[in-house]
Amino acid sequence: MQPRRQKRLFAILLVIGLLTGAVAAMLYALQQNIDLFYTPSQLVDGLGKDKVKPQVGQRLRIGGMVVAGSVKRDPESLKVSFDLVDTGPLVTVIYEGILPDLFREGQGIVAQGVLQDATTIKASEVLAKHDEEYMPPEVAEALKGIRHVPPSQQQPASGSY
Amino acid sequence: MIVEAGQLALTFAFALSLLLAIVPLYGSFTANQRMLLLAKPLALGQFLFCLLAMLALIYAFRTNDFTVVNVAQNSSSTLPWYYQITASFGSHEGSMLLWVLMLAGWTALVAQFSRALPLLLLGRILGILGVICVGFIAFSLFMSNPFERSLPFFPVEGRDLNPLLQDFGMIMHPPTLYMGYVGFAVAFAFAIAALMGGRFDSVWARWVRPWALAAWLFLTLGIMLGSWWAYNELGWGGWWFWDPVENASFMPWLAGTALIHSLAVTEKRGTFKSWTVLLALAAFALSLVGAFLVRSGVLVSVHSFATDPGRGMYLLVFLLLVVGGSLLLYGMRMNSVRSQARYQLFSREMMLWGNNIFLLTACLIVFLGTLFPLFHKELGLGSISIGEPFFNQMFYYLTIPFALMLGLGPWVRWKQQQFTPLVKPLGLVAVAALVLALGVLASMQSVQANLALLGMLLGAWVGVSALAEVMLRMRQFGSVTQGMTKLNASHYGMTLAHIGFAVLVIGVAMTKTYTEERDVRMQEGDTATLAGYQFTLVDVYDLDGPNYGGQAAELDVRKDGRYVTHLHAEKRFYRIQRTIMTEAAVHARLSRDLYVSLGEELPGDAWALRIQVKPFVRWIWLGGLLMSLGALLALADKRYRRKTPPAIRQEVANA
Repeated sequence: MQPRRQKRLFAILLVIGLLTGAVAAMLYALQQNIDLFYTPSQLVDGLGKDKVKPQVGQRLRIGGMVVAGSVKRDPESLKVSFDLVDTGPLVTVIYEGILPDLFREGQGIVAQGVLQDATTIKASEVLAKHDEEYMPPEVAEALKGIRHVPPSQQQPASGSY
Repeated sequence: MIVEAGQLALTFAFALSLLLAIVPLYGSFTANQRMLLLAKPLALGQFLFCLLAMLALIYAFRTNDFTVVNVAQNSSSTLPWYYQITASFGSHEGSMLLWVLMLAGWTALVAQFSRALPLLLLGRILGILGVICVGFIAFSLFMSNPFERSLPFFPVEGRDLNPLLQDFGMIMHPPTLYMGYVGFAVAFAFAIAALMGGRFDSVWARWVRPWALAAWLFLTLGIMLGSWWAYNELGWGGWWFWDPVENASFMPWLAGTALIHSLAVTEKRGTFKSWTVLLALAAFALSLVGAFLVRSGVLVSVHSFATDPGRGMYLLVFLLLVVGGSLLLYGMRMNSVRSQARYQLFSREMMLWGNNIFLLTACLIVFLGTLFPLFHKELGLGSISIGEPFFNQMFYYLTIPFALMLGLGPWVRWKQQQFTPLVKPLGLVAVAALVLALGVLASMQSVQANLALLGMLLGAWVGVSALAEVMLRMRQFGSVTQGMTKLNASHYGMTLAHIGFAVLVIGVAMTKTYTEERDVRMQEGDTATLAGYQFTLVDVYDLDGPNYGGQAAELDVRKDGRYVTHLHAEKRFYRIQRTIMTEAAVHARLSRDLYVSLGEELPGDAWALRIQVKPFVRWIWLGGLLMSLGALLALADKRYRRKTPPAIRQEVANA
């Protein structure tokens, strides 16, 4: 072959090789790093049409509203546990560390962690958006029909419950 | 009154941008010189009116005019004056106006500083920038008007600026970032104008290069400031989260980096022409993708603005028009462009081509990783999240060959390079890098950590190689002192930017490996030990700021019994927005940061505190800073200011 064609062939092969490598590495990495999102009722009842329930030990994300009065702290350490809810059953989240600034009872949060048993999640990270009216969009969808009153619009009298 | 004047100024700017988008372009096809000459005053006038609009908005914020919705929602009378000014671009509407102002600013700069450009080309470039201006000014005017009033009912007090945005980093971050984003519009306009004229050569590349470099400089600086801001303000000591909005700024950066490298080949060797043009289109298209992702609300992130489907749809249609139109033009014109220059497999051309491939692969990964959850959800497969581990793993794979190649690249000659003459100097570089890397790790008494070792090795390889290469070039001019003055500014710029990359890699690897972090429960007088530092909680007391209250903690830090520093961490409660913000205490040194943030109050007079010792974390931002400085140095190169020889001017004018 002429050197010019040879060079072009080499270049094309290199691009294809690199792209295949990149895509393969990406799929491999994706397989390990995709975390499915559940709401508490999806976690208990299963997700989608086939009602697939997560397995114990699976990494996942859960999003819901923190149940008022459910936050329990360990007096000696930073261990904390709280319940999450959307429309149905409760799910317990346990966590050790500092909760985000906007973590409050009644507030929507997302926790990333591992399923410990059917209704308990050991969280490695708890996220609350820096916006007091924030609700995870998935939770908002699950809660469709139930009106969420942002704290800023609540009357002081009704805000005391 | 002033607010209405601002609205009027924006309307005038819109009218001028319409003229700018039509008149010079029409003139360029009908060879009407008068129309072409109109481009410059139109561009300058458009900028002037945008500036007036921005000033009017700032005036509304400074005078606490709460009849303006934007002011009422994003400011308050208790806000310090400097944040009242920055609040003017803290909201969606205000930031869009800032974006428009920057775009008009770049257009005016091109009009002012392109005397060397042939009139025909300049007219087309300004005309295309005018088209983009029309799109964004119309968006600001009709879809997100920053001057909207809420008369007759208006609040007596504003809702205050989001506390997250009340920080020095926020004053600097958005303007620099937008300068970068929008700056790529200039390279885009150059590319489209060249596609219309069908002429690409090294002269064209020399004209675009400083503009691409300037945009890249601002984008680099903006991303770096954003990372620094997140580190100080989000309170958990992270500096990059692979958040969708961060990714949105990272994608144009990757494409822009590929562009400035590819432009070097087009300027010096006259090849890679179609590739360079495609990169110029891609860099701006990705900036638009970023704008769409941030402002449409399709992705949820800490940074995104309130969602509005109408706005998202407008931006999506605009994006598709720009991308579709430019790709169509590209497809029609590009097959006539041929690159003649020949080069061998082992040559500077191939090294830079490899650089481009890696950068674009990285860009593709970020793109897919950011958008995959969106598609997954739209396809009804459930909500998923792709987080840090994925991106970290992918960039780990990519950085190794990229950095190895970067150390080699500047040594390789254009056209063809024999391998043997490089063996000796590069061998020396490799040995020096090895010694340096092991030396630093040995002084920290841990050589076993894999990532740190790898990062140090790659960083030292790139850094030492860049230094050695510039020394070699100087010696080629005779002596080092003689060579120092003869070497191009752009060569120094390249070396500095590459050293910046080395510093960044070292910073990332060392921080990732050696960061120690502990969440502790402390009462006053308690001491926690981390990485040899003893943190003693001295006092916790109530705060009283202008628009916030909260608590502050005072800590003393000792190492081996010796006093190191005093730390002051705050937990602020912003009264109007009713949000809590963590103001971390940071003690920064080149070799490590001490980072303490105050958490919530616990039962029994105790507090939760997060204590971190982060070695080399400063190096990450130092690396970014060096890269921007490198770009600045390259911009100072004399050849960008040289007048184009009259012969070439004539030739271009006829093209």
